[in-house]
Amino acid sequence: MSNSAAPRWLALMLMSMLMAMALAANLGAMPLSLRALWRAPLSDMVWQIWLHIRLPRVLLAVLIGMALAVSGAVMQGLFRNPLADPGLLGISSGAGLAVAIAILLPLTLPPLPPLLALWLPTLAAFLGSLAVMALIFSLSQRAQGSLARLLLVGIAINALCGAAVGVLSWLSNDQQLRQLSLWGMGSLSQAQWPMLAVCAAFILPALLLTQRRARHLNLLQLGEEDAHYMGLDVRRTQRQLLTLSALLVGAAVSVSGIIGFVGLVVPHVMRFCLGSDHRWMLPGSALAGAILLLLADTLARTLVAPAEMPVGLLTSLLGGPWFLWQILRQQRGVE
Amino acid sequence: MEQLEARRLRYARGGRVLIDALDLSLPSGELVALIGPNGAGKSTLLRMLTGFLTPDEGECRLGARPLAAWPRARLAQRRAVMRQQNPVAFALPAAAVVAMGRAPWPAAGAATIVEEVMALTGCSELAGRDYRQLSGGEQQRVQLARVLAQLWRDGAPRGWLFLDEPTSALDLYWQQKTLRLLHQLSRQGDFGVCAVLHDLNLAALWADSILLLHQGRLVAQGSPQAVMTEATLTRWYRADLRVSAHHESGRPTIQLRA
Repeated sequence: MSNSAAPRWLALMLMSMLMAMALAANLGAMPLSLRALWRAPLSDMVWQIWLHIRLPRVLLAVLIGMALAVSGAVMQGLFRNPLADPGLLGISSGAGLAVAIAILLPLTLPPLPPLLALWLPTLAAFLGSLAVMALIFSLSQRAQGSLARLLLVGIAINALCGAAVGVLSWLSNDQQLRQLSLWGMGSLSQAQWPMLAVCAAFILPALLLTQRRARHLNLLQLGEEDAHYMGLDVRRTQRQLLTLSALLVGAAVSVSGIIGFVGLVVPHVMRFCLGSDHRWMLPGSALAGAILLLLADTLARTLVAPAEMPVGLLTSLLGGPWFLWQILRQQRGVE
Repeated sequence: MEQLEARRLRYARGGRVLIDALDLSLPSGELVALIGPNGAGKSTLLRMLTGFLTPDEGECRLGARPLAAWPRARLAQRRAVMRQQNPVAFALPAAAVVAMGRAPWPAAGAATIVEEVMALTGCSELAGRDYRQLSGGEQQRVQLARVLAQLWRDGAPRGWLFLDEPTSALDLYWQQKTLRLLHQLSRQGDFGVCAVLHDLNLAALWADSILLLHQGRLVAQGSPQAVMTEATLTRWYRADLRVSAHHESGRPTIQLRA
């Protein structure tokens, strides 16, 4: 697909996203049709549900979907490998462990002021994902990009963080345990306006800053040395992109727990539709990630209504087989 | 045009001295061939002359300034480097790879320049193909187009072009075409080429001067006739060979003895 078709694709996806948002806001345990909303006064319960439950949830799904897909796209560009993914490489679980610590921390410390308590999980998740990201990236430089080794390290980190979260939940009190396990399943059910605002304050700037580095990410595709010869400050660009990507993963994980495979599947499909030029492929991934997570979350809310299944389970059911298929394909390519 | 000079370069890694007390100056408007046996330090030297590696001692200067003091983008407008291998992880049309060469420049006019250099290097018909699916030789032609695009200004390449074995995957036709092109472009005065060449006959036919590197030292330099003598080549390459005169140009022709 040539770049000339890319703007049309993006426009089409933007419209699909808006339609999916409208659809998702009106579906749920209680269907809220546009007509019912139109007729009801603003003080009516349907509006209360729409404004305080549906709308924040839909916006959160859009934000998280964008963050996960774009961070996956950036990581694949940085590692120059289509199988790099924040979940598989242990970056999400690094963020997860940090959030778990942040939830448990008040056990030993005096209570935090409410404002800090709101921001603390996201900050912690960012630091956690950044730490794992830096570790993995320095290893990848030494392993000369051998993905097999990186994935093994990812498995180890996932196991380690999983065990640590286990220890923490064993130490926690009832309320904390409930909070931990709800969050750990990967769900958007905690959507509320204050949390949405914190999340947006991290994700939106990070998305914009990432987009401004799309051309740099393109140059890195020729390899570090050639990017250097073309005038790029390679180390600085890599540091910036790693930090932005960690910020996106961290913000997403701190709110919704670990929602796997969005960062793996979406960029791959976008490369196929829009080509590998990150100037188009990054916004494409953002839109497609939003659409995917909106649809998955709407399914998660409606399939077993009035109960709700964690959306992370759904995306894993979708992404797991995909990942397997990609590995088989890559192996065939090597042989 | 700025001169490129290296003074007292020294570079050691892991207790091995790779480049030792090396002085050289590259004249512009010439095609310079860097030759030498395996492990002589050719690629290391190239990486220092291009500013990728910083020498332990000594310095490289482009014009009045050391390479390290040049702003990145301005240096990238004056020197381009083509390496031996350029694997790419994702599907990219060849024309997009060439267009990346315009990264140090404002975007205006890039499309015309890309077309021009691709026509010049004979890869116009590869423009829409996925770079990863191209053969090694085709990839080299696309990379040559990319580095020419990087130096292109007002209808011609200007500055310094460094190439590490640009013909290693090319067949006879493309070897000849590529070296003729580089030779002809370097005649224009504002453009200097420095290429690592393994094929001594290619170097002898098209280079204006030869730099012979051995264990990190420059052991011979000068015109092909001066450097490529039986005695010099036998001594440094330790191969059993014979040098005769090319019967058209009179330049040296190197033959291995059976």
